[in-house]
Amino acid sequence: MIIVPCPNCGPRNSGDLRNCGENIPRPDPSTASLVEWREYLYMRENPAGWVSETWYCRGGCRRYFTIQRNTMTNEIRGQEAS
Amino acid sequence: MGKRPPKYSAAALIKHGLTRGDWPRMWRRPEMRDSYDVVIIGAGLHGLATAYYLAENHGITNVAVIDKGYVGGGGSGRNTAIVRSNYLTPEGVAFYDRSLSLYKTMANDLNLNVMFSERGHLTLAHTDSALRTMHWRAEVNKLQGIDSSVIDPQEVKKQAPSLDVSENTRYPILGALHHPPGGIVRHDAVVWGYARGADHHGVHIIQETEVLDINVEGGSGPGGKGAGGKVTGVRTSRGDISAPIVVNCTAGWASLISNMAGVPLPITTHPLQAAVTEPCKVFLPTVVVSGSLHVYVSQTDRGELVFGASVDPVGTYRVNGTLEFTEELAGHVLELMPGISKMRLLRQWSGLCDMTPDYSPVMGFTPVEGYLLDVGWGTYGFKAGPVAGETLAETIATGRTADLISPFGIERFTHGDLVGEKGAAAVGH
Repeated sequence: MIIVPCPNCGPRNSGDLRNCGENIPRPDPSTASLVEWREYLYMRENPAGWVSETWYCRGGCRRYFTIQRNTMTNEIRGQEAS
Repeated sequence: MGKRPPKYSAAALIKHGLTRGDWPRMWRRPEMRDSYDVVIIGAGLHGLATAYYLAENHGITNVAVIDKGYVGGGGSGRNTAIVRSNYLTPEGVAFYDRSLSLYKTMANDLNLNVMFSERGHLTLAHTDSALRTMHWRAEVNKLQGIDSSVIDPQEVKKQAPSLDVSENTRYPILGALHHPPGGIVRHDAVVWGYARGADHHGVHIIQETEVLDINVEGGSGPGGKGAGGKVTGVRTSRGDISAPIVVNCTAGWASLISNMAGVPLPITTHPLQAAVTEPCKVFLPTVVVSGSLHVYVSQTDRGELVFGASVDPVGTYRVNGTLEFTEELAGHVLELMPGISKMRLLRQWSGLCDMTPDYSPVMGFTPVEGYLLDVGWGTYGFKAGPVAGETLAETIATGRTADLISPFGIERFTHGDLVGEKGAAAVGH
């Protein structure tokens, strides 16, 4: 079980939220090339270790927020609303 | 080459029983050379099948298969051993059907009993939309000559009498996609068979050796890696190997290995949990899958029920079991088969699944010359093992992407030409 600290609802079981995946800088759609845009859409770092990712509190306050999670241990640190 | 491995047969068994002679090892533990024609990373089903077909079909035997653990210790030994070819896309159907035909003749081809049991495969539909998708899949399958049809609940009951097909359940069974050629295989035996066959041809299987880096020259990325570069070899925990061709046949760690060559992948790694019950009298004659209930179940020859589920929703490399999984699984299985409520779970485990955005693998050449991929096998790697090895070996030997895998190249993500295989694993999407 992974306990995710929602900044609004407090610690919640990860089943109450949705993991939106790792945070990737979004290129400007008006200037990005097709290749850059598709890399943004599909390519993932998928690291074994700390990753910065977005969660959606779908069963609670419906806010999006960012945390750091270690993909080897599921340990979590830091949170900020986004 | 060495001498041929002893043929496994009833006569050989009796002879060994009478003389109490030692059985020779199925494969050797060779000393690692400092150069090979092909280095394959990952000694699982895909890596060993590729090595076997390179030697068997193309005569390329100066090959090393390197693994940081042991033969078949990853997904090859953790899957639920189901094979079938009733997929949704024409590309997927053609590919997996070839794999199924290789599984059918495998025991003869490899001279090892892989216990292939062609027992039929039912994909249950609990909603009108699921039933519609089953009809869609059946028509795609029939067009390609695959035995696949939609059957009604009464016929489902005949195929699997232990299923509750009444209308009083929470998710009544409205019908099913019936695929008679589907079945189960003993997954360990498949891996051992390919390892033994490859070793007999002189392939080096090098276990407990970790690949630390892939050496690339002339690429556009940092350290000369990435697009435009050329592979020169790998650095391992036992020293360097030079090789013009390096193949990534890993699962679970595919992204990390590929980043060593500067080739990012469209993969997120998720664990998938499975469980097995205590053995009991055989009562389930087919493989039963329910997408809505996130479960697939089959009964082994020993009488154990093997359950699998969809991947865990959060991507992680951690493979511990969770109570949520066990509870959900038990609830869903009892919904289908209320009669087994007294059975006890023997154990549960999990393996890593490399999920791609379109539920199709990533295979073939990359922007780095000499670096090939066989990754992104999500929840369907076991079904595809033989054909993946065969087509990848053809691709390596001829220098041209084999027809069956041409839809699965990594360039599809930059061209926007995704395959959309929603018939994959039939669970969770």
